[in-house]
Amino acid sequence: MTWVNIVIQGILVGGLYALFAAGLSLIFGVMRLVNIAHGDLIIALAYLAWSIVHATGLHPLVSLVLVVPLAMAFGYALQYGILNRTLGKDILPPLLVTFGLSVIIQNGLLEIFTADPRKLNAGALETGSFPLLPGVDIGYLPLLQLIVAIAVIAGLQYLFYNTALGRAFRATSDDSEIALLMGLDKRKVYAWAMALCLGVVAIAGVFLGIRANFDPAVGPGRLIFGFESVIIGGLGNLWGTLIGGIILGVAQGVGAQINPGMQVLAGHLVFLLVLAVRPRGLFPRMTG
Amino acid sequence: MSFQITRATSASRIAGMIALVLIAVLIAAPFWGSTATLRLLGEMMIYLALASLWNLLAGYTGLVSVGQQAYVGLGIYIMVAATIYLGIHPYFAIPLAGLVAVLVSLPVSKLVFRLQGAYFAIGTWVVAEVFRLIAAQLGSVGLGGGSGTSIPTAVMQGLASNKYWREATIYWIVLALGIGAVALVYGLLRSRIGLALTAIRDSEVASTSLGINIERIKLAVYVAVAGMTAMVGTIIALQKIRVSPDAAFSVNDWTAFVIFIVVIGGIGTIEGPIIGTIVYFLLREFLSDLGSLYLMLLGALAIIIMLVAPKGIWGYIAKRWNISLFPTGYRVEEKQ
Repeated sequence: MTWVNIVIQGILVGGLYALFAAGLSLIFGVMRLVNIAHGDLIIALAYLAWSIVHATGLHPLVSLVLVVPLAMAFGYALQYGILNRTLGKDILPPLLVTFGLSVIIQNGLLEIFTADPRKLNAGALETGSFPLLPGVDIGYLPLLQLIVAIAVIAGLQYLFYNTALGRAFRATSDDSEIALLMGLDKRKVYAWAMALCLGVVAIAGVFLGIRANFDPAVGPGRLIFGFESVIIGGLGNLWGTLIGGIILGVAQGVGAQINPGMQVLAGHLVFLLVLAVRPRGLFPRMTG
Repeated sequence: MSFQITRATSASRIAGMIALVLIAVLIAAPFWGSTATLRLLGEMMIYLALASLWNLLAGYTGLVSVGQQAYVGLGIYIMVAATIYLGIHPYFAIPLAGLVAVLVSLPVSKLVFRLQGAYFAIGTWVVAEVFRLIAAQLGSVGLGGGSGTSIPTAVMQGLASNKYWREATIYWIVLALGIGAVALVYGLLRSRIGLALTAIRDSEVASTSLGINIERIKLAVYVAVAGMTAMVGTIIALQKIRVSPDAAFSVNDWTAFVIFIVVIGGIGTIEGPIIGTIVYFLLREFLSDLGSLYLMLLGALAIIIMLVAPKGIWGYIAKRWNISLFPTGYRVEEKQ
């Protein structure tokens, strides 16, 4: 029963990794941008939620009502003001600018919040669970996490294929110049994509903060987990990203069972294995 | 009126002479500088070497790696393991590390080359994390595991009998690596490979049609840079003596700062890493007391440069006054 439990808990953690990955997948799909600061933004928004919870006494999940719109506004401004200027044929500018942003966010958080670990307190939700099988308890929080991840991905999928904004995303992704002729300003389309990405990042940040301690230095690790989920699942496939996150979560759970030091390493090794066997991921929709 | 084709310019001839004088002054540093000066110069040479190598990789070959700390750390750990377990003299551990890194980088390249552009960058980072986590698991074989270990005093004494000569010896090795890295990049860019790299940079399609094997050139550069980077790592081990996985495979120390140096100095130029190293150490001397604010400042500077002058300080100077201290192309000149 131990192994069944490990796999089930791994699947539930996978929901969180899918939340890390969904935003990455979205902006890569729309504008071929890989944001090195993605993980640091997750942590920054966890800190924002922490500050709001601290100041108002709101429940962390309720604080999302404030955190998500603020994050989206910031994402729009970041893309419109800075990142749009880096997009072009050369891959260096966006990479190096977001790399600089990552260092600025990490050290800015260190300056404001110090290196002390913080946590979001969600009360009874954190500890509550129900038995699924003998020896297998499902925590309310991990379950909610997975359900939210599925809902977010379903929402993004709907938005992509059933709304005007989604049509704009797809058109600009396919050919931004023709899209421009049709009256789509790609700078605004990209800004909306980044706004949406940061909305998802805010949700990821709050769940991360409820689940475990965080400090300013843990951002790059979250970027790597999200990135691995995207590649394992296959580029451009949002549902694949969810499966990628789940595979990563299970791999880490199995690794931790073998040896606590193996947890993260096992996830990386599974990622490298997928890269060796299926370079385009398990369910690819597009080429890198 | 007749013309000749030449590489050298009067600026490059003067720069060459100044460089020779400067190298002579640097070689003599143990005789005129204090221990503190020697250490600072040694550290500058480490960063000059790492920056030149990363510049060759990212600026000229388009392989933007964020995982070069994998090879720095590999070099550091090989120096420790070779001197402690194999009883090898530190001198021999340096080329050994280069060789091992070349052998390791071949299978690694098979994996990371499957990723394009920015995904390649994060892929290399994952590989470096794998190396770090494996190093943290090495406790059972006596390499200290997560908390690290030290190079024994006896090994350090094998370098030279007293502290003065030891410091001087380490400095000369690192000086040779720093100047060697710049010379390697310069030499490579003037060779057929350099010509191929320039052609690839300008147009991959056109260069392929001219018979350039892009993948092979990229692989050759990646592997050579990995080997050199690991050799730099061995000297870092000798400088620091104490090693730990987190410090040996630090993304900040061996990649972030290196990237800032290259971007600020001028990516895709030979002079860039030299200028960048000088600027970086000047900033550090005056501003490092600011702690994390200083790092934010560096990050902001790199972003501004990337947005305003993507070719960095040297790119701006070279364009403004049309000069090149290390010319790699040819120019037509009127015969005197």
